[in-house]
Amino acid sequence: METLKAKNKETKKTTMKISGAEAIIHCLLEEGVDLIYGYPGGAIMPVYDELYKFQDKLTHILARHEQGATHAAQGYARVTGKVGVAMATSGPGATNLVTGIADAQIDSTPMVCVTGQVFRHLLGSDAFQETDIIGISTPVTKWNYQITKASEIPEIMAKAFYLARSGRPGPVLVDITKNAQLEEFEFSYEKCTGVRSYKPVPKPKVEAIDAAAELINNAKKPFIVFGQGVILGKAEEELKALVEKAGIPAAWTILGLSAMDTDHPLNVGMVGMHGNYGPNVLTNECDVLIAIGMRFDDRVTGRLDDYAKQAKVIHFEIDPAEINKNVMSDVAVLGDSKKTLELILPKIKENKHDAWHNEFKEKYKVEFDQVINDQLNPTKEGLTMGEVLKEINIASENKAVIVSDVGQHQMFACRYAKFNQSKSNITSGGLGTMGFALPAAIGAKMGAMDREVVAIIGDGGYQMTIQELGVINQHNVPVKIVVLNNEHLGMVRQWQELFFDKRYASTVMTNPDFVKIAEGYHIKATRISKRENLKAAIEEMIAFKGPYFLEVCVEKEDNVFPMIPSGASVSEIRLK
Amino acid sequence: MEKETYTISVYSENNVGLLNRISGIFLKRHVNVESLNVSKSEIDGVSKFTIVIVENNENARKIVGQIEKQIEVIKAYYHKNDETIYQESALFKIKSSLLFDERQIQNIIKESNSEIVTVSREFFVLSKTGRRNEVDAMHDLLKPYGIMQFVRSGRIAVTKEEMPISALLKEFNQN
Ligand SMILES: Cc1ncc(C[n+]2csc(CCOP(=O)(O)OP(=O)(O)O)c2C)c(N)n1
Ligand SMILES: [Mg+2]
Repeated sequence: METLKAKNKETKKTTMKISGAEAIIHCLLEEGVDLIYGYPGGAIMPVYDELYKFQDKLTHILARHEQGATHAAQGYARVTGKVGVAMATSGPGATNLVTGIADAQIDSTPMVCVTGQVFRHLLGSDAFQETDIIGISTPVTKWNYQITKASEIPEIMAKAFYLARSGRPGPVLVDITKNAQLEEFEFSYEKCTGVRSYKPVPKPKVEAIDAAAELINNAKKPFIVFGQGVILGKAEEELKALVEKAGIPAAWTILGLSAMDTDHPLNVGMVGMHGNYGPNVLTNECDVLIAIGMRFDDRVTGRLDDYAKQAKVIHFEIDPAEINKNVMSDVAVLGDSKKTLELILPKIKENKHDAWHNEFKEKYKVEFDQVINDQLNPTKEGLTMGEVLKEINIASENKAVIVSDVGQHQMFACRYAKFNQSKSNITSGGLGTMGFALPAAIGAKMGAMDREVVAIIGDGGYQMTIQELGVINQHNVPVKIVVLNNEHLGMVRQWQELFFDKRYASTVMTNPDFVKIAEGYHIKATRISKRENLKAAIEEMIAFKGPYFLEVCVEKEDNVFPMIPSGASVSEIRLK
Repeated sequence: MEKETYTISVYSENNVGLLNRISGIFLKRHVNVESLNVSKSEIDGVSKFTIVIVENNENARKIVGQIEKQIEVIKAYYHKNDETIYQESALFKIKSSLLFDERQIQNIIKESNSEIVTVSREFFVLSKTGRRNEVDAMHDLLKPYGIMQFVRSGRIAVTKEEMPISALLKEFNQN
């Protein structure tokens, strides 16, 4: 560490004449990057040439589609808390990044994307593989910039990393024209420590902390809903301390999951469309709603005019634009979640709310009898997604990183997976991007080689980025892939069943032999369809040292419940 | 909630892409921009966008919050009409012969407090600065005689309240 620091200082002082392409590599190294995902092409070739020369310091993983590169960078970022990096060429390479960038933007994931661009003199001329990626990516990036001369590279790259990781994180795209990659210039690097028009973290106000503490201390039925802001702010310990000291039942949003042990007695489950019964219904019965690092997404709130109207709302949030955006708060506590929770903790009185907590337990019993038991201990013939998750919990001792795709299996994964470590639930929350999980699991595994990484994927979403099996094969990435095959676009089919009179338009799939496909990529693969084989199959998968593919043929027409139908209120959640 | 006219003032770093970012925020919410003006501000190197929208207070607040969040935006404010001093400018290009043939034109020029910017053999140009309704009134008066060209600028405004941008920038330099 010391030597690294010293070295950085040295490179800062001594300048050297290098190409823009080489400068990009040095910038990445200065930012502590040792792993990037990408795909080469004409407009980025000078950088790839440098990647070749620097391969002992900086590993480049060739994704099989640029979208895969972004999701892998996201998975890496989500599991490590560091900035993920994806690289692509101009034109189609750049446009293929867009889905991952949009996903990272809405889920606040720190990511830097570097794209090649045509020569400066060709800009605007509809040159070969020219596309206005700055224009295209503007609405879905935290910041973006087109570099047209080499001398801009160090400052812009430093700014890109600073902006991606600071405050509320997000994706930044840097587009670099080919001439800027080829030009030589005197390189020196200085890390960015601030941008004058940008205030990443608002200063917490004492009055807000005091007002919040008073509301919490006087509450009879306080209720915490925490989101990813707790994880991004590294405030897991502070959250736990608050929950325990004040004795407040706490529930999570899909991105907040794993910030607190799922087995913690005061952890009452998930809020939102397919969340737990108690936390949803009791949102409309609490007297103080304490939202921490979450943004009242419509999938969480249901119909807004019947959401927590009876409650005083306290909103702990880093982004001022989120305050009073969807839900009006009585007290807004702006700031970094770790800092604000630290400040409020000494002002919180020790308390217990047993009767109130019991209401959650009672609601859980109802949900268990009507929903959960049938999932975890089914008596019907077909396998349920819930029981698969249960076996994964057991075999991995709740220690795995679970990366889920989008659909019914995602909701089952988030409802039933158990966690005892933060940054362990990786899923596409805000954008709901099918195809996210397989590449994200690759990134997550490479970011946490010491951990078990299990991808839970539907048969539909799996086929959107299935080509990333190529990466797993080439680099022997030991991820465990579980495809829950219901031969349907299950989530859409569920809506068709419930709201479109069972008109199953384009939701039935004739699938390929997934086992053969995995084997074609030299990945060990198994298929099961019977309950008696489930436990052993999961155990074998978890025990296996390399990458492993497991297809579980599940009940074809199962539904995820509970469910808040769209447009309904949290109180109107359906158990069936 | 009732819609009103709001003047949004955005102080920002000079940046090519920012206009695109800001207009995207209005686009997403289907909010029509009534007028837009970009100029330098009272602070060296700081640009000012003056944007006029007709919206309810809540949406105006949310839009301004989302504008302020953009990296290059230093600060954004929104104000109602009575909280600002505001004007627009307009240019009218008119046939020179009318100056002599139509007595009434001279009266219009005088009464509307407009200025003759230039006169040539073929045409003359009138400039009028004022509130939108004043410019519109003058337009209506001149229209029957034939206007060769007309253009009106976006609103420019200063606020009655202070906008402490310098203090904000100073704070940054100290940190
Ligand atoms: C890229 C993309 N396209 C479409 C959708 C809409 N969508 C949401 S869930 C879903 C079905 C997913 O099917 P599958 O992957 O098999 O998962 P299942 O619901 O069956 O578990 C679809 C089509 C989406 N979320 N993302
Ligand atoms: Mg499916």
